[in-house]
Amino acid sequence: MRAGAGDIELAGLCKSYDGVTNVVDGVNLRIPDGAYCCFLGPSGCGKTTILRMIAGHEEPTAGEIVIGGGNVAGLAPVERRTAMMFQSYALFPHLTVRDNIAFALRVRGQSKAERYKAADVMMEKVRLTELADRLPANLSGGQQQRVALARAAITEPRVLLLDEPLSALDEQLRVQMRQELRRMQRELGITFIHVTHTQLEAIALADIVVVMEKGKIKQSGPARDVYAYPCDRYVAEFLGGQNVLSGKVEKVGDRFVVLSQPNRSGIQVRLGTEARVVVGDRIDLAVRRDDIELVRADAGSPDDGATALPSRVTAIEYQGSFVKVMLDTVPDEDFVAYVPERIFFRDPFNVGDVLLATWSAGRARVLA
Amino acid sequence: MQRPNLSAWLYVTPLMLVLVPFFLLPTLVVLVASFFETDGFGGLLPTFTLANYVDVLTSAQTFLLYVATLKFAILTWLFTLIIGFLVAYFLVFHVKNQLLAIGLFLICTIPFWTSNIIRMISWIPLLGKEGLVNSTLLGIGVIREPLEVLLYSGLAVVIAYVHQLTIFMVVPIFNSLARIDKRVVEAALDAGASRLDVMRYIIIPMSKSGIALGSTFVISIVMGDFFVVKVMSGGGSASVVSAFYENVGVLQYPIAAASAVLLTLVLIAMIALILRVVDIRREITQ
Repeated sequence: MRAGAGDIELAGLCKSYDGVTNVVDGVNLRIPDGAYCCFLGPSGCGKTTILRMIAGHEEPTAGEIVIGGGNVAGLAPVERRTAMMFQSYALFPHLTVRDNIAFALRVRGQSKAERYKAADVMMEKVRLTELADRLPANLSGGQQQRVALARAAITEPRVLLLDEPLSALDEQLRVQMRQELRRMQRELGITFIHVTHTQLEAIALADIVVVMEKGKIKQSGPARDVYAYPCDRYVAEFLGGQNVLSGKVEKVGDRFVVLSQPNRSGIQVRLGTEARVVVGDRIDLAVRRDDIELVRADAGSPDDGATALPSRVTAIEYQGSFVKVMLDTVPDEDFVAYVPERIFFRDPFNVGDVLLATWSAGRARVLA
Repeated sequence: MQRPNLSAWLYVTPLMLVLVPFFLLPTLVVLVASFFETDGFGGLLPTFTLANYVDVLTSAQTFLLYVATLKFAILTWLFTLIIGFLVAYFLVFHVKNQLLAIGLFLICTIPFWTSNIIRMISWIPLLGKEGLVNSTLLGIGVIREPLEVLLYSGLAVVIAYVHQLTIFMVVPIFNSLARIDKRVVEAALDAGASRLDVMRYIIIPMSKSGIALGSTFVISIVMGDFFVVKVMSGGGSASVVSAFYENVGVLQYPIAAASAVLLTLVLIAMIALILRVVDIRREITQ
């Protein structure tokens, strides 16, 4: 086993509490050493259970966890050289900041002088020095998080596991602490595994985003891949930023398909490549919200090869750098265009305007 | 300034209405009586004398009684603490089902559905010379002669106290253990703490306020008791209170009052010592 190697391999990992349903259901994943990996999914999708299994607080029902080339089954957290940062931090309420951070060294039998020296170095790193003698109850949320981070990092783990580390903070602090986490990860140079249900957090932080649903991995990869090229409707909707059009294939032509829906038929969508679909299939198409251009109905037909769907504006939200325009393009489903602010205000639309939602051929992707 | 003062007084009024007539006044009466003289027939002569205190403090018997009572208090405290802590710990950390934990907790209080005296007397058929314990031990051949030490002895007194008072340890310790976030324990394990470390560094320090409260109950009850000692020791042991109960019996009120004042001061000192070790107020508001 290479010392300090924090690459992780999960093979066929399963966890069941009742022997019937798997909370984690056959997860396979490789996380390279020093990566920042985010598990993303709604509550109950098994992401925290995976984290706890990697940490050694829970034993897998089946499958293997390999850290740094060694199988860690049955090992205690310390032997795995992992450290966990708990949701809402679980700081020791009766110990000062310094004693909280030095706790792991205390149970390793280090003398007071020795462990306080190490704790002071760590406190310097996370800028807690002047709070060393406070109790956790007298700290702000952000300060508590830094204590939790320092307490976990002091053992020099090769993997740091973070369970919803930002959920206890308010919005503004969350963005700030996000950067702090990333900075610490770079400084420590170890693998971080971060569990969250907030997609913004995941894509802002992670080298690898793992999207989960019902105990299974739906898609994993670099943040940009997962955001821009979701593999299916679930991932597209969870990550956001995409419009998903679903329907039955009515007709397949040269680089276009015609879809029909219960309330609407003849939706012709152009595709960049030949679609591998057959008439009668139910398919989902994804188009990024910022790829949609809105053209007034009387402005003449768009380029050849573009898709143009007549729509009515149902709502408009100003978002600062862009304007969110909600449309009734697809009955009973959200269809949204993100229009850059400058473009929108050149010729602003109003609610109720009828216009064409257009996008060029290569922008629509058929989802699995 | 007038208004907040008035409302503050109103807030403390109900407590004062209880404390003044039922605690403060009787204590003052005893205090005053301790400086009086007796006419020997139960009457009090309103004088000021320290003779009662001199009597009490110079008597070797007082010292012996305090030693005996403290011995019972410390032994009872030790056993109720060990048993009470283990019961509370088991209920909080080992019973996963909360409903079951509350049910078991209520079972702990069942002995209190009967009177103190019945609970105490029911030890007699168990511990007596022909009692269950002796006959069982004789039956399986561990002993040849029945054990005399079981009943009407210091052992019997401690057994009865522990039986009566363990619940006073269980309740506050249960309460403070229940407030410990399980994730805190998990975080300690994650940091590499052994079970012993978790106990030493996390659970015991975090249940300090419960332990202190329980100790206060147990020690003050044992120090102020004479009935259990009298019955369970069969008259073989006495306690501080039993001595001044005797004084009251022979109408020596002033000297009994002086003994009571002394006991109160000793108890105050003991409780101050407990509070010195554990700042209950800070622990609870934390």
